[in-house]
Amino acid sequence: MEVRVANVRKEFDRFPALHDVSLDIKSGELIALLGPSGSGKTTLLRLIAGLERPTKGAIFFGDEDASQKSIQERNVGFVFQHYALFRHMTVADNIGFGLKVRHGPSRPPAQEIRRRASELLDLVQLSGLEKRYPAQLSGGQRQRVALARAMAIEPKVLLLDEPFGALDAQVRRELRRWLRDIHDATGHTTVFVTHDQEEALELADRVVVMSQGRIEQVGTADEIYDTPNSPFVYGFIGESSSLPVKVENGDIWLADRPIGLSAPHAASGEAMLYFRPHDVELLDGCSGCIAGTVAASRRVADTRRVELEIGGERQRVEIELPVDHPAAQKSRVAFRPRRWKLFPAA
Amino acid sequence: MADPEIKSYEPHHESQSAAVTESRPVRAVLMAVAFAFLGVFLVLPLIVVFNEALAKGVGAYTEALASPDTRSAIRLTLLVAAISVPLNIVFGISAAWAIAKFEFKGKAFLTTLIDLPFSVSPVISGLVYVLLFGAQGLLGAWLKAHGIVILFAVPGIVLATVFVTFPFVARELIPLMQEQGNGDEEAALSLGANGWQTFWYVTLPNVKWGLLYGVLLCNARAMGEFGAVSVVSGHIRGLTNTMPLHVEILYNEYNAVGAFAVASLLAGLALVTLVLKTLLEMRYGAEIAATRGH
Repeated sequence: MEVRVANVRKEFDRFPALHDVSLDIKSGELIALLGPSGSGKTTLLRLIAGLERPTKGAIFFGDEDASQKSIQERNVGFVFQHYALFRHMTVADNIGFGLKVRHGPSRPPAQEIRRRASELLDLVQLSGLEKRYPAQLSGGQRQRVALARAMAIEPKVLLLDEPFGALDAQVRRELRRWLRDIHDATGHTTVFVTHDQEEALELADRVVVMSQGRIEQVGTADEIYDTPNSPFVYGFIGESSSLPVKVENGDIWLADRPIGLSAPHAASGEAMLYFRPHDVELLDGCSGCIAGTVAASRRVADTRRVELEIGGERQRVEIELPVDHPAAQKSRVAFRPRRWKLFPAA
Repeated sequence: MADPEIKSYEPHHESQSAAVTESRPVRAVLMAVAFAFLGVFLVLPLIVVFNEALAKGVGAYTEALASPDTRSAIRLTLLVAAISVPLNIVFGISAAWAIAKFEFKGKAFLTTLIDLPFSVSPVISGLVYVLLFGAQGLLGAWLKAHGIVILFAVPGIVLATVFVTFPFVARELIPLMQEQGNGDEEAALSLGANGWQTFWYVTLPNVKWGLLYGVLLCNARAMGEFGAVSVVSGHIRGLTNTMPLHVEILYNEYNAVGAFAVASLLAGLALVTLVLKTLLEMRYGAEIAATRGH
């Protein structure tokens, strides 16, 4: 099922949580809504589900305008952040709930509901736990039951709110791979919310980066990481360093010297230079480079991350050096970003 | 822990560190004071009640209870409780639902208003009904013209009882529902349940122990209420006398055995309520812990 979010605005008590958001989700796609807290990602998910109504704009499921439909009519599978399992029901009853509350001929007989619940438990690898209560399950198991319950109603769209948020790192990684497998096996159009970029980049077909109620960028992991289209995305995804620079006639200047980078199409004036700390070229001599004194250095896995003071103490940037690089304290390091991007000064 | 389901429902036991534990004699004195107080003010009166009731033997006791006026008082009390408790369940659940699950103007006002019967003297609440429904009251003439009798009859007693008991169920449920939030209901709705199914299969089971606890307290009060009922009942023997009113009448007539026999029934009700309440608390302590305060 394709989902189209068209110019949606959402206000809570006149306070806007989403500004004019549009998004096309393809059928069978696995999409991540990624952003810091307060970016509106959960609001967008709840709007798609029908747990909230848009103040303006519409949401289409296929060609159908779903925004006027209630959550029951939309037939979406929603997995809540804290699972919201019914604590007084067994695992099997939780999974069967969505079938049990149906009316008339669409409601399967009790035996069929039980069979479906067991089948789904097999799918989420929890066979044999039918009679358990939610309180008797671990966090990861609850997460799986919540997913099985959401899938039991054969939803058009599967929506997950911070699906791994409450789990520890180990279980998180495991479930992440497992969710990808389930998605590939069932082919549901799936949207999940996360604030964990690693999770989003690894798991999703496309990532929607959000900030302050707006979509900053939509793209594959490669697009988002390699060609961020705003300072926010540059800063939010992966490591980044930035320096205030000046553009003059297509050349980039740092303070009073050119740094050997040219931006022929950039307008002259103040700008911010963004680059990845690991994507720099170390230079020996310095004619046209960025040079600085090492202020601090940390060993991070198999690289050394150093903080450079550029031009006295006014600016600090981080770059990565090979572990065996002889940059001790107070020694000077000269470098030039290999890949970089200019954004207008804020 | 962020997950509401893993939250332990064990009561919190604080380990007693040596630094805050009083010395043995101090502890003994404190306990003696507490027990003496309980004994004089609670246990002794209970013993007296049963002692007086049985003072002239079991025969006199059963005879006192079998008298027509007493039996009609018992019937009336049961009737009043049977009407007012269900009314309060409906009201309590509606109010708690509205307060815990929605945002609306006047919410704080409604919350305060629910507590009103706790803070106002029951006599006043009775008088309010007299002023409203009495012959000289606001609605008196209209009621008379339409042949509706409220005051000095069962409807008045029920109204007064509903008034004094209406905080019980609501007060138990509001904190419980607020703590549980909307998550489970949203989950049920997203799975296709309608409002009624959501209430019946999800909301109600989540609050059932709190509800039962509230109903228990509400019932005890409904059967034991004296002040408000006394004002509106008119004390017509065999017609508008509830058990507490009947106790007073018998006592004023120097019928000690009769008075204490009926009183012993009320005391028995109190004991049963206490036992049930304790059992409930033992089993579902934390679920109702949030609602303690009376």
